[in-house]
Amino acid sequence: MTTMQLKETALASTHKKMGARMVDFAGWNMPVQYKSIISEHMAVRNKVGLFDVSHMGEFLVSGQDAHNFVQYVIANDVNKLKSPNCALYTQFVKPDGGTIDDLIVYRREHDFLLVVNASNIEKDWQWLQKHSNSFKDLKLTDISDRTGLLALQGPKAQELLSKITSTDLANMPSFAYDKAKVNNFDISFGRTGYTGEDGFEIFVDVDHLDKLWQILFDVGNNFGIEACGLGARDTLRLEAGLPLYGHELDESTSPLEAGLDFSVKLDKGEFLGKDALYKQKELGLTKKLIGLRTESQALPRAGYEVNIDGTKIGTITSGSQGIFVGYPIAFAYVEPKYAKLGQILNVTIRNNDVKAEVIKRPFYKRCH
Amino acid sequence: MADSPSKTLSYPEELKYVKTHEYVRVENDTATIGITAFAADQLGDVTYVELPKAGTKLNKEDKFGVIESVKSVSDLYMPATGEIVAVNDRLLSEPELVNLDCYGTGWMLKIKLSNTNDLQDMLSAKAYKEFVVE
Repeated sequence: MTTMQLKETALASTHKKMGARMVDFAGWNMPVQYKSIISEHMAVRNKVGLFDVSHMGEFLVSGQDAHNFVQYVIANDVNKLKSPNCALYTQFVKPDGGTIDDLIVYRREHDFLLVVNASNIEKDWQWLQKHSNSFKDLKLTDISDRTGLLALQGPKAQELLSKITSTDLANMPSFAYDKAKVNNFDISFGRTGYTGEDGFEIFVDVDHLDKLWQILFDVGNNFGIEACGLGARDTLRLEAGLPLYGHELDESTSPLEAGLDFSVKLDKGEFLGKDALYKQKELGLTKKLIGLRTESQALPRAGYEVNIDGTKIGTITSGSQGIFVGYPIAFAYVEPKYAKLGQILNVTIRNNDVKAEVIKRPFYKRCH
Repeated sequence: MADSPSKTLSYPEELKYVKTHEYVRVENDTATIGITAFAADQLGDVTYVELPKAGTKLNKEDKFGVIESVKSVSDLYMPATGEIVAVNDRLLSEPELVNLDCYGTGWMLKIKLSNTNDLQDMLSAKAYKEFVVE
């Protein structure tokens, strides 16, 4: 128990009224589950689920130098955002190659919106301040406290959101960003998410957050919507092969080690962490993230040891029952020579070695 | 939206409880052991229950097994000393019974009590309920 006052989103009392179990997540009092993680997970895979992720951080970057600054602090290439109203996934990388955070960058009409992990808001803010000195015409604004964020995820998300906006969502590409009016207030949304399903992450001023939640639920009832907590968010992202900061990514792990090569653009020009990442690419990695499937009823969990013939070769970073796929799945860091698909390893679960096979990530890929 | 905003958890009067969240149902010198509705609710969806074999003798407060849910792993503790005479094998294939019916089909062990004095240290339904709402 901590004596520190936990922060709450504008929906905290709504969550409690709905029977959510609240837990301390990165200093925030957040719903971990409502009825059942399994049922919330399946609702997102089969229908639609709604998550309150307002604890996440949002920074605005504006000014003449905004583009160059963002390009300097991220590992992906901001020039991929050819016109306003689209987004990309990326990381802030330290000069030694370690990861400060992973985030989504939205290019908007007049600025960039950076959405970062709740646990890293202060660290990221200081990191950006520290590296902003050589950029003259630059304004950084932390709008986390004013920004509500809901994730509407699942195969029915588009149809549901279409009921309350006039935007042509059928033709909205993945990672596009748009604005709309709902009732008398403004929302904006990216076709993004953290579940492996189609869906939207919807930004709204905190004053309208509760109203937006209610509207999405009222309309969503016809689609079988379920309120989803951080428990299902974790099992969904794991099944979808997505990293979680603090588990698969941290300050001693590079995005290349995490297998995020698609989001690291070494040829884009100078940026923080480039030399270290370049060296890793040239010399090879010392550890590699793998996907594992175990043959056990007992579940592989973060921190469990991975061995081969009794010799430790790595550690599980996340593990759970793959609720949709139907078998236990995990991420682990191992020595690269053991990272081949089909490699058989052992995971030590409570002093017993359980057989595990290196399998392809994502563990789940949607087909609709 | 959740159907029942604040779920009510039950604690049958005829059972005895311990602070590690196991219950016992006593019939003569045999006790049926399981986990309480509070514990099942806290764990969430149970995915695996690891239990000892019949014939094992365990002391009060010894670890007798492990229960896993999607979110967490917890140890199970003996509420009383005794020899295990039966184990609920159904939990191997249907661990969700612990969530659905913890005091009925979700039972875990039956033991032959070595010392009925163990029962005296246990909590009544009322006292256990007060303990968990603290």
